[in-house]
Amino acid sequence: MEKSLNWREFVITRLIKASGYSAIIFVALIFFFLVREGVPTFAETSLSSLLSIRWYPIEDHFGILPLITGSLMVTIGAALVAVPFGIGTAVYISEIAPRWMREILKPLVELLGGLPSVVLGFLGILVLSPFLRVFLDLPTGLTAFTGSLLLGGIAVPTVVSVAEDALDAVPRSYREGAWALGATRWQTIWRVTFPAARSGVLTAVMLGVGRAIGETMAVMMVTGNAPVLAVKLGSLFSPVRTMTATIAAEMGEVASGSTHYHVLFFIGMVLFLISLGVNIAASSVVFRAKKRAERILS
Amino acid sequence: MKRTLPINRHVAQRAGFTLITLMAFATVIPIIATVVYIFAQGLPAISLEFLTGFPHDGMRAGGILPAIIGTIYLTVGTAIFSVPLGIAAAIYLSEYASDTPLTRIIRIAIINLAGIPSVVYGLFGLGLFVLFLNFGTSILAASLTLSIMTLPVIISTAEESLRAVPQAFRTVSISLGATRWQTIRRIVLKEALPGILTGVILGLERAAGETAPILFTGAAFFLPQLPHSPFDATMALPYHLFVISTQVPEMPIQIQYGTALVLLVFVLTMNLIATVIRSRARARRQW
Repeated sequence: MEKSLNWREFVITRLIKASGYSAIIFVALIFFFLVREGVPTFAETSLSSLLSIRWYPIEDHFGILPLITGSLMVTIGAALVAVPFGIGTAVYISEIAPRWMREILKPLVELLGGLPSVVLGFLGILVLSPFLRVFLDLPTGLTAFTGSLLLGGIAVPTVVSVAEDALDAVPRSYREGAWALGATRWQTIWRVTFPAARSGVLTAVMLGVGRAIGETMAVMMVTGNAPVLAVKLGSLFSPVRTMTATIAAEMGEVASGSTHYHVLFFIGMVLFLISLGVNIAASSVVFRAKKRAERILS
Repeated sequence: MKRTLPINRHVAQRAGFTLITLMAFATVIPIIATVVYIFAQGLPAISLEFLTGFPHDGMRAGGILPAIIGTIYLTVGTAIFSVPLGIAAAIYLSEYASDTPLTRIIRIAIINLAGIPSVVYGLFGLGLFVLFLNFGTSILAASLTLSIMTLPVIISTAEESLRAVPQAFRTVSISLGATRWQTIRRIVLKEALPGILTGVILGLERAAGETAPILFTGAAFFLPQLPHSPFDATMALPYHLFVISTQVPEMPIQIQYGTALVLLVFVLTMNLIATVIRSRARARRQW
């Protein structure tokens, strides 16, 4: 009995430890398969072709610049929506709203985070884009701007929940100190609480942007899917095509092993590296801030 | 030195609070409007035939049963792989791991898994499960892809609820002669269960609504019958909604809204269950 118990304990402990390492293994596997299928791109097309401004795979034009600028434009637009509204909502929930209101708002924002992006894209096609077409008098409602608005909404829950956690973590004594000195609640929020939560809010912004870059379905459905170089402000109101949408739209129809197939994996590799960069930067902000706090306290 | 009158600060506060409140409502009202609108537009399409019938006439008539069943299959398949692995990984991080560089790398890996774009998961699933392991475009390949995507959500929420169990519970159990695993299974896991369940359901909710990871790993445009084995491709609600709203010309609008409503109800139900479990556990908690 004693012995079998030890033996079972041993096996279970091993299994749990192995599962603990699984996250590392999966990240490595994902990177490995993206590289394995993506790197042949360099042998099959020239770098100058990759960095050209024409994406037309049928005639072997694989310029990814239009896709990168498309992603950038939609993401910046989304950030301009999601950052102020996300932070505003987080400040309201954490600092201003009465308790009962908080209990209603938090699950609602969480609900938005859980809405499938395809449902939002669907409403984007049927409701948002016709409205914008008429309202802004555009030839088509399927534009980078429509994508930005929708994507902003999709990134908001990420910004709100992370920023709200950061504001919530500021010790109550900070606020009480400011009030005792005669500051109003509004002054306290912006001069004391918000600066104290700065690194967490910055993390919230970065994770929100990361969410926006990676979003696929909603963007594919409402941005009009035109791989044209988007560098002027006017391109905001014309159709674009993002990196994610290109993969999603074209991977289903390519022969595996073709140049087109490899280039799509290469784009996936670029997206992977972007999200890796954003997430490592976001988490290192948190780590650094913690270290600074520890130094002050010691 | 210029002094501002106290009244100005209060005016500023009033104006600031109003602005922030308006922003919060501008964020929340569209969420409510979206849900209400889909219910209003989609309800007329819901009938027994719509929920239990097969699509016909090029999907422009009939029901969406294969998509509903497919989404259930995919969600269950995702749960089979991601729940045990995710909870085990959380147990490791909360109960076994000390703060070593390796543990920090694990945490960074989890953060990164959570941030990888869903379409990149799709590429990975295509490369590993569909082609390399030769599972084909199948429920199995799609479920495995969704599992890895869901893993970080389950690990981080489960770890959080395991850590919330007071240390004293463990100490007492060990001092009564229980082994470490017995302590974890009978005491820590039992106490953390509602929190873990909430995280699991929220993770699966995300998986159920995802389209991009299953696009090239298991989703079928149209199937005349239900899948027979895990190696068959399947229709799924999110992909079906994508297909009928963008790929099929002259699609009746009512069927589109009906499909969106069914998907929304599927997801909202999971969300509601998770919220209820969490608030009940909070109310009952004695430590």
